[in-house]
Amino acid sequence: MTLIVKTVTRLTVGLILIYGIFIVLEGHIGPGGGFAGGVIIALSFIHLILAFGKEAVLKKLDQERALFFASLGGLAFLLFISFGLRQSHRSFGGSENFSLFSAGPIPFYEIASSVLVGAGLFAVFLVLILSSRGKEG
Amino acid sequence: MELHLLLLFMICASILALELKDLISSVIALSAVGLGLSLSFLILKAPNLAITQLVVEIICVIILIRATINKDLPLVKDGRWLFNTISTISFIACFLFFAYFALKELPLFGAPLMKVSSEYLAGALKDTGSENIVTAIKFGFRSFDSLAELAVFFTAVIGVLAITRKAARNDE
Repeated sequence: MTLIVKTVTRLTVGLILIYGIFIVLEGHIGPGGGFAGGVIIALSFIHLILAFGKEAVLKKLDQERALFFASLGGLAFLLFISFGLRQSHRSFGGSENFSLFSAGPIPFYEIASSVLVGAGLFAVFLVLILSSRGKEG
Repeated sequence: MELHLLLLFMICASILALELKDLISSVIALSAVGLGLSLSFLILKAPNLAITQLVVEIICVIILIRATINKDLPLVKDGRWLFNTISTISFIACFLFFAYFALKELPLFGAPLMKVSSEYLAGALKDTGSENIVTAIKFGFRSFDSLAELAVFFTAVIGVLAITRKAARNDE
């Protein structure tokens, strides 16, 4: 891409990533949640690919590693949900309304599902872009 | 009033998305439908759903299509219009037939059944400690639902990876 796109991407992609993490972490307080936050996190990586080309991103996070993170998110969700079923919500850390650590296990569920959704969506995007570019060239 | 304007806008944009010949313009018209839907969710006081709708429908659709498709897709128009029309009409008739019996059993519009959900609403804030009641219900009372959703998503990802890997191997 051109220099303008690269510069703007370099400035904005960190903000997009931080906004995704914010959406994940405040899902039990305001609107948002694991799914939307995970999609935003994946979109920041997709933004990097569109601006800098796929080689720059594939060095950091290739398809196997994205799939590994998606599996990790799924296993973590399973683990948290089994803990959350055994324990009551009160005993899973702080559960006071409007305190710093509220809502018991729900933030952990959000984080695990955001990892699954973000890594999975990014893996799908990578596979699609690799297969479509591979046919042309 | 705003809702009706938005619905009119969405209908116009979806007709445009169907009729436009250029693929990119059609995708952008489709995402305008998504924007209208997201705004109407905001008007109907569902910000959780509005964020998800905005992210998925607009950004994902635009970026996925823009990044993965380079040329316009060929549009198949010829042949079999008789079969297509007959099958479409029969499907619509079948749907209307079953919907007539199914919709009679539904509660009236604006008067939902509150047997289970009133318990949820009463206990959500106190039992889970989450201020967002949607998240409290989704991850607190219905964690198994979320688990099954994530399982479906993971299965879809695995399926796409498997199919594209096989297609790439066949190309070589």
